[in-house]
Amino acid sequence: MSKANHMLEIIDLKVNIENKEILKGITLSVKAGEVHAIMGPNGSGKSTLASALAGRDTIDITHGKITYEGKDLLELAPEDRAREGIFLGFQYPVEIPGVSMVNFLRTAINEKRKYLGLDPMPAGDFLKLMREKKKVVEINSDLTNRSVNEGFSGGEKKKNEIFQMALLEPKLAILDETDSGLDIDALRIVANGVNNLRTPENATIVITHYQRLLDYIIPDFVHVLYKGRIVKSGDKHLAKELEEHGYDWIKQEVEHGDN
Amino acid sequence: METIESISTSQKYIELFRQNRDLIGTEDPVFLTKLREQAIRSFEETGFPIRKQENYKYTHLEPVFDGEMSFEFMPRSISFDNQELFRCDVPMLDSHVLTILNGFFYNPEGPALFELENGVVYGSLKEAVLRHPGLVSKYLGKNATLDNEAFVSLNTAFSQDGIFLYVPEGRELEKPIQIINLLLSDRNQMVQHRNLFVVEKNASAQVIICDHTLSPHLFLTNSVTESYTGENSDMDILRLQNEHNNSCQVTNTWISQERNSRCQHGTITLHGGMVRNNLHVKMQGEGAETNVLGLFLIDKMQHVDNFTVIEHASPHCTSNQHYKGVLDDMSTGAFNGKIHVWPDAQKTEAFQANNNILLSDTAKIHSKPQLEIYADDVKCSHGATVGQLDEDALFYLQSRGIPKNESRLMLMDAFAHDVISRIKQSSLQGRISELVGKRLRGELSRCNNCAMNCHD
Repeated sequence: MSKANHMLEIIDLKVNIENKEILKGITLSVKAGEVHAIMGPNGSGKSTLASALAGRDTIDITHGKITYEGKDLLELAPEDRAREGIFLGFQYPVEIPGVSMVNFLRTAINEKRKYLGLDPMPAGDFLKLMREKKKVVEINSDLTNRSVNEGFSGGEKKKNEIFQMALLEPKLAILDETDSGLDIDALRIVANGVNNLRTPENATIVITHYQRLLDYIIPDFVHVLYKGRIVKSGDKHLAKELEEHGYDWIKQEVEHGDN
Repeated sequence: METIESISTSQKYIELFRQNRDLIGTEDPVFLTKLREQAIRSFEETGFPIRKQENYKYTHLEPVFDGEMSFEFMPRSISFDNQELFRCDVPMLDSHVLTILNGFFYNPEGPALFELENGVVYGSLKEAVLRHPGLVSKYLGKNATLDNEAFVSLNTAFSQDGIFLYVPEGRELEKPIQIINLLLSDRNQMVQHRNLFVVEKNASAQVIICDHTLSPHLFLTNSVTESYTGENSDMDILRLQNEHNNSCQVTNTWISQERNSRCQHGTITLHGGMVRNNLHVKMQGEGAETNVLGLFLIDKMQHVDNFTVIEHASPHCTSNQHYKGVLDDMSTGAFNGKIHVWPDAQKTEAFQANNNILLSDTAKIHSKPQLEIYADDVKCSHGATVGQLDEDALFYLQSRGIPKNESRLMLMDAFAHDVISRIKQSSLQGRISELVGKRLRGELSRCNNCAMNCHD
């Protein structure tokens, strides 16, 4: 395993939430250009892994290491992780009444630019960029005139996540159950958005319970998370298998393996 | 013990009045002389409210009134340079600017009272009493009751000047009146001034009141504003409090509304040591509507107490109250909102919301809705919340690369924006937004960088 090639390297990560161990030793490496899918039944720790990567302080990392582009990720504040190119697409994007989308996005973009030593983006360029990126996720124009996620439908909220991703151009995107609550049209739009943003330089971690999103976003690797551990890894065919047979066979394998 | 102190502080003011009787209102017409005597008698009966009284439970004002302060019975000449004191960074608000300096109307180079061709009158109340005694006597002291109102009584006995505004039937005040209350002294000082606004039938007016301290001395203000809103008229009053942390301010605002009139009253408290705002709105005509807004942002040892009484005295009236507070450090606040629906006031709609954010473990807020409903066909609701900044929202903003501190400011701004967005005049919304933003960033510590542009 050549470390230099890895964008992200998680080594034996253990995480507690309220003194309960949720992640029991995760090891995972992601290279630029790759798409990894993390699947698993509810409660297996998928969202906790996303929180650990984004820097949420409600979780307690008790053991392990995360290296991102050679840096110790756990030492970075959430905002610095974002400015270093990590993006978390939230499972439940929060509504923030009174903070306008435009102000929010402009602040986010300019904070990143500041971090990179660039001047703020001129207003005209920003508006042009917004118009351009809206097309990526087929957002109708009035969404950006509203408060962040306020009164957005489930589908609009998820589209808005991908829209933000398009604007911020992350190197590593973590999409936490982006498919949940989406009808088939919205799912297609969101998936197309993600595919359009794919380059050989960036990587994506798609967290999902169902296989259907992976019909649109084809993963290079599929990992099954169960009871806080990655119990199986494979290619896109593993997702198909899970779709056909459910998670029970994996559970049985694990239980037998344990005994 | 408390009672004895209470007598002595009250006694101090009664004696102050008696001893200086010949200096107070030397040119008063008979009605005003009578009103003052009535007021001091009423004050004698009531005395200062003590903390045991429910209405003043959270704001103990008597010790402040007991402090050593200078009182002035006529304006003292003070040299002050507008240019030096106010440096403004946004274009001037298009308004008629009227200045009150230490409780007295201040316009050394101009008239004391402006009388327009269309009948609109504005300027010094003292001058209005002399020139229009009939008009003033019809309204002065009619809204603000003396009964059980120690601060109104005290003000009525002592106050000699303030702002008078009269808009006759069918007229519109084309530009807002902006009242700049300046406190500037070389010693600790008490100030009591009085405003009277009369907007007759089918008329409209807008008043902005800015309270400022310009020297670091201890200032104690006890002001009364009476506003009469005629049938089908519109009145907006917005008060911006920006006094230093060594000041104490008691405002008493009494609004009456006739049939189908619309009133908005806003109180934005950016700075102040101890602030008590008493607001009394009486909708005495059918179909009246009132919108009351309040926003305060405090830290350190500051204290703000908003006390409102909304009287639905007639049927089909609507009232909305939105008060919000952001409290940091050791600051304390209170909101007491009383809605009183009279027996015949059917089809009343009364709504009240009070939301507070505590930024520290040591800040405190007391929130108390009080509903007294004597009619049966009414819609009344109230809600109070006390909380911290939404951690999920904070993380969401941070996860997009916005630093924690900036994210907190954005959320506080958003919280305040909910009140600001209800201010009717959009031009004012922007200014208030800017001021609140500065206040939250700690950039607004003095009024000379205030965006209201009292003077240019």
